[in-house]
Amino acid sequence: MVILSSKRTFWGQLRSLPILPVATIVFLLFVGIFAPLLSPYPPLDGDLDLRNIEPSWMSENGESPYFLGGDHIGRDVLTRIIYGTRVSLIVAGTVLFFGTFIGTLLGLISGYLGGVVDETIMRLVDFMYAIPFILVVLVSAVIWSPSLMLVIILLSIFTWPPFARQVRAETLSLKQMDYVSLAKVCGTSPIRICLRHILPGLFNTVLVLASLQVGSLVVTESVLSFLGVGIPAPAPSWGNMVAEGRNYMSSAWWISFFPGIAILLIVFSMNFLGDWLRDRLDPRLRQL
Amino acid sequence: MVIAITLVVFMLSRATGDPRYLYMSSYTRMTAEVWEAQGKAMGLDKPLIVQYLLWVKNAAQGDFGDSVHFRRNSLDLILKFLPATLQLSGISFLCALLIGIPLGVLSAVKRTSGWDYLGRSFALLGQAAPPFWIALILIWVFSVYLGWLPTSRKGDWTHYIMPVVTLGWLPAAGLLRLTRSSMLEVLDSEYVKLARAKGVSSTTIIWKHAFRNSLIAPLTYAAILLANFLTGTVVVETVFAWPGLGRLSVMAALNTDFPLITGLALIFSIIFLICSLVADILYALLDPRIRIS
Repeated sequence: MVILSSKRTFWGQLRSLPILPVATIVFLLFVGIFAPLLSPYPPLDGDLDLRNIEPSWMSENGESPYFLGGDHIGRDVLTRIIYGTRVSLIVAGTVLFFGTFIGTLLGLISGYLGGVVDETIMRLVDFMYAIPFILVVLVSAVIWSPSLMLVIILLSIFTWPPFARQVRAETLSLKQMDYVSLAKVCGTSPIRICLRHILPGLFNTVLVLASLQVGSLVVTESVLSFLGVGIPAPAPSWGNMVAEGRNYMSSAWWISFFPGIAILLIVFSMNFLGDWLRDRLDPRLRQL
Repeated sequence: MVIAITLVVFMLSRATGDPRYLYMSSYTRMTAEVWEAQGKAMGLDKPLIVQYLLWVKNAAQGDFGDSVHFRRNSLDLILKFLPATLQLSGISFLCALLIGIPLGVLSAVKRTSGWDYLGRSFALLGQAAPPFWIALILIWVFSVYLGWLPTSRKGDWTHYIMPVVTLGWLPAAGLLRLTRSSMLEVLDSEYVKLARAKGVSSTTIIWKHAFRNSLIAPLTYAAILLANFLTGTVVVETVFAWPGLGRLSVMAALNTDFPLITGLALIFSIIFLICSLVADILYALLDPRIRIS
């Protein structure tokens, strides 16, 4: 009972916040934002004498200046990971923004208006679920040649449907609420009802869904980069780095290993945080 | 639905500009007459809608056009590469089911025990680690360092281990978590409490009362999983040089091989639609409440 009552207040809830994941995410955000200040070496220029050089803590003769080793053209792996954080966060952040916006908007319209509009939007959602994402990416990569922009656009296109579906379901139940009916009786305009009376009620669902999506977005971006259809080559993206180190696995494992750890770390923390948020805010979403 | 997919695929196949460029090598001297003749041969002089209908008609008969890169019929190629992918994903899916669901049950029944923590960390790791990275680490440890397993290509059963682990881990993780949470929910319900009070043995409670009722959520999820399998196979087949459709589609994309990739997209969409249909039917069979409504 003591625990329960302490959970009731906002600060009480915050106290049970998973410290480690949140700290990791804050740290990564910090690293991403201040990448140029934090990184010891330039991300794109290598020193050819330091090709595939081992991490400095492994080096016996103390020749290696790079803490996490050098890659196949002598660039500092640590620096590239730091810059890679930036790329991952930019992609995840932008995609999430567009995905949430479009998804919430369409879900709200679909749930509130119903009828033909609802039917059309939901068919569109079904359709999006049926398209093989990876093939669309492969084809688009051929047509427009890979770029950061393309990755963001494609991921956004495939991120909104789950939001739309969930928001629609939520809107349908909120629409039945007495306060919505009363607002209608008062002559409130539909737009105002949606924005002022229904949208705030959707907040939890959207937040939970968004936090659960971050992890898979980061992984998807790195998968695309790994396959060579994501962020184009010299740019330091984690997926690229793993791909570059692939051929040197037996001699220089650190090129591929550490970027993978970075991905693991961010996705791990994000999923943890997402789970926590879901259990707190919207336990009904457990089946996602 | 199928019509919509064919439309998108067709539009993508025309979005690169004139498809004639693909077939003409830079060596042939390009006169205006040859250009026109080629256009006529490919039906490009007709309006777009007619082109689309023609394309659909051919596709329905299994003719997506010859692959530009391999100079062979696309469907033949696809059928040749299909079994390897089906084998790999079939085995991985089965493994995911066989590992994910029982571990989920175990994790729920022995909650907050060592098993539970083991199961949950297995799941968290599987959901967080990118598949290509798992694959590389596996190769590094088992092929390079220990020298136990072959690194790539298809062969005897040892060739299957690493691709299956890579491909199956993520779905196994998802299934585990889902089974666990729905098991916990059911185990907390009134009828399980009643059964316990009645003195039913705990084995019967777990497998007969709780397990069957908690299966619905994981099974619905399994259908979604099958769709995500596609991305997985593309990655795994690329890393392990597996002769399957995933690798074929990457090659097709890198070679600008449009007839082939449109064919692949269509085939994949159809496989996906069949999977979701099967899932719906299964769902209705398992849960009588769905059938009524």
